[in-house]
Amino acid sequence: MAPVLEVRGLQKRFGGVTAVADAALDLREGELLSIIGPNGAGKTTLFNLVSGLDRPDAGSVRLFGQDVTGAAPERLAGLGLARTFQHGRVFGNLSVLDNVLVGAHARLRAVRPSVPVLGPLLELALAAIRPGAVRAEEAALREDAMRIISLFGERLMPRLDHPAFSLSYANRRRVEIGRALALHPRLLLLDEPTAGMNETETAEMQGVVAELKRSGLTILLIEHKLEMVMRLSDRVIVMDNGRRIAEGLPQAVRHDPAVIEAYLGHREAGMARAPAQGTVA
Amino acid sequence: MSGAWFDYTVNGFVIGNIYALLAVGLALIYGVANLVNFAHGSVYVVGAYTGWAAITYLDTPLPVTLLCVIAVSALVGVGIERIGLRPLHGSSRIAPLLATIGIALVLDQVLQLLFTPDPRAVPMQVPEWRVAIGGGTIGALDLLIAGIGMISAVVLYSFLRFTKLGWAVRATAQDSDAAQQMGVDVNRVNMAVFAIASALSGVSGVLVGMYYNQISTAMSFEATLKGIVALIIGGLGNVPGAIAGSLILGLTESYGIALFGTSYRNLFAFVLLIAMLVWRPNGLFAARRSLPPEPMTGTFIARSRPVAVPRWAVAAMIAVAALLPLLDQPYLLQIGANSLMYAMLALSLTLVAGTVGQVSLGHAALLAIGGYASGLLAMDAGWPVALAIPAAGLVTAALGTLLVFPAFRLTGHYVSIATLGIGEIVALVILNWTGLTRGAIGLGGIPPLEVFGIDLGSVEGTYWLCLAVLVLLALLQLRLLRSHLGRTWRAIRDDPVAARSYGVSGDRYKALAFGFGGFAAGISGAITAHAYSYINHETFGASISILALTMVILGGLGNVLGAVLGATLLIALPEAFRFLAEYRILIYGIVLLLLIRFRPQGLMGTV
Repeated sequence: MAPVLEVRGLQKRFGGVTAVADAALDLREGELLSIIGPNGAGKTTLFNLVSGLDRPDAGSVRLFGQDVTGAAPERLAGLGLARTFQHGRVFGNLSVLDNVLVGAHARLRAVRPSVPVLGPLLELALAAIRPGAVRAEEAALREDAMRIISLFGERLMPRLDHPAFSLSYANRRRVEIGRALALHPRLLLLDEPTAGMNETETAEMQGVVAELKRSGLTILLIEHKLEMVMRLSDRVIVMDNGRRIAEGLPQAVRHDPAVIEAYLGHREAGMARAPAQGTVA
Repeated sequence: MSGAWFDYTVNGFVIGNIYALLAVGLALIYGVANLVNFAHGSVYVVGAYTGWAAITYLDTPLPVTLLCVIAVSALVGVGIERIGLRPLHGSSRIAPLLATIGIALVLDQVLQLLFTPDPRAVPMQVPEWRVAIGGGTIGALDLLIAGIGMISAVVLYSFLRFTKLGWAVRATAQDSDAAQQMGVDVNRVNMAVFAIASALSGVSGVLVGMYYNQISTAMSFEATLKGIVALIIGGLGNVPGAIAGSLILGLTESYGIALFGTSYRNLFAFVLLIAMLVWRPNGLFAARRSLPPEPMTGTFIARSRPVAVPRWAVAAMIAVAALLPLLDQPYLLQIGANSLMYAMLALSLTLVAGTVGQVSLGHAALLAIGGYASGLLAMDAGWPVALAIPAAGLVTAALGTLLVFPAFRLTGHYVSIATLGIGEIVALVILNWTGLTRGAIGLGGIPPLEVFGIDLGSVEGTYWLCLAVLVLLALLQLRLLRSHLGRTWRAIRDDPVAARSYGVSGDRYKALAFGFGGFAAGISGAITAHAYSYINHETFGASISILALTMVILGGLGNVLGAVLGATLLIALPEAFRFLAEYRILIYGIVLLLLIRFRPQGLMGTV
């Protein structure tokens, strides 16, 4: 069976800087693969290349066995790929519920008939007329959105109608993950889901991600908090300077000398780079 | 023949130098403040009138005239920065752009009140000899303008390169937060840049006055547009690019006039603008083809929670409005009908600018398309009015969407510039396509409003028709906003990148919004045409686009009820204060500025 995600020889340069030099990875169904590495290692750029926000200069991306190198993000969402963003890009003026419902956009069928040329006009007409099938679809999506929001316990439930800009940072991250889940993804890309969260909140988020993994969802995770990475991951890839410097089981990677060097600084450079959040030891 | 071409080249080069004085300032301001300054042309007019006043009243010689112009224009620039823009730091992304539009309205109106709208001749202060070269001629004024252009470029280059303030300007342009952290006084830099840019703009104004031997307060809008076109050709924020872009624009216009005639001049400029925005949005000289990312801080529109109005209150308002004709006050009804026609336009703009975040500055062009479509269908094709009006709505929906389609990949300020250009192109096509539109003569004798034999040409009839159509359109728009389209449109506005990542195609949903909005605006234009019985290419000008935007901001961006309220207030209130009629536009400008500063969410709240 083809891997869920297959990345080969991916490269991306910005001006003179090579953000991703030669990235390769395989992700199997139901697996949770973590990417760790110091700031500026190219993790988020790799996410952007995989999710279609940036086009790679070289290399290939295959999703569910299809070549999707350089495909538009809309198309990837349609195939079942959902992602969150490092700094939390919620729709500020939309309510919590509407944010999550936008996540389900790619699943709209009744109101978005796949008719060439006239499709958009039909969509406008169906949105205005709202026949039974359209109403039923919307009701089902709302019910599903409520179920997703309830995954976060009482964190979001009392705030369904609040605009996202009024939420705390941690709650915005939760909304973002809820929005991603509403797509019913076959592959979920999480970019630092616990950034800016305190210990309790981090533990809670870890529980949510563990639950998603248990449900069989395939997850690619960028995370700095190594304890969480060690606990959740099936495998870990370590990146530095746009390259993969180590890959393996969490425990093995943890003691890899190249990894320790990447995190604590290059001996030959003499100057220790500031250690990234979380320690290796 | 070659002599004529030489003259056209000299003319293009001189005009190019004048544009360069404008565009360089726009580029500097865009560099440090990330803002396209729509008040730039107003400063240019301030410069022109300062020069005129200095020569006329004080009899100043040329160097003193120029010094006066520089001093007054720079002062106005400092005022714009300090009073109009600095207080907006940290507000929504669209606020400073709207503020410069408000400032432009205010400056233009103040000048018009001071000097009357009649054109004035600027006394020539340059000897009138001309040297014959290669069959053509060059005059002293040509040399002066070219000289001032080049000297300004050298002085500006030295300033940016060799002075401490110049370094601060460049540092701020690269990263204003970082510059501030390194001890650069960013406010001072902004102020200096506005002073320099405005001084250059003022000098440009007085030189144009001498070149065409005429100035008027109406020059401001065109100057802003031409400066922006030159800026886009060179690339936003690129100072040498702005100079090159200006020369290219000047020469293109001059040769265009030579080949096709004067009435095509602006058409060339705006077609060039749209072509640049579509194919090279970063300018001719940029290596990158994609747009630079916009800063992610803050939301696009002001954050707010809309005022909730219960259904029964809306129903009561509609009932009161429907019973208004029973008062038997024809004058009141006339104003009411006018408000309702504007409300349809505001409804359309609040969807496009508020809900989807595409701040259109050319929305009046949709009225023009609707008005001409319905008028021509009724007059030339003999359609009954009741069919011509909805057909005009559909034509406007299709044509409007197609025209804006190339601008869909643009964001933020680029959208406003593109729609402004498209609006001007529509007006110019109407003017020049004489075979279809009768050109400058306009459409006269448009049949009055009637629905299948029932005459609605009376004031009551027009009012009731407008009210019925408006209520239908508003209810339909509300219904769409409550469907999945509402959240999808607003998601595109709040974060187009995140929206795409969730499968929302920007093009498709922007097209739907412009389609529906175009339909409403087209109907409004069509009803207006039949109610007025005469329209021409100037009936639906850029000032109506700006007025519509003010209505929409007053009501609250994206707010359907707010749009209707904003239109009613801005049309009806000036009528209540008729003794202030002269100050009407000035009041609009001040209202816009105060709103942006103190109640950016509008009366009813943004949605």
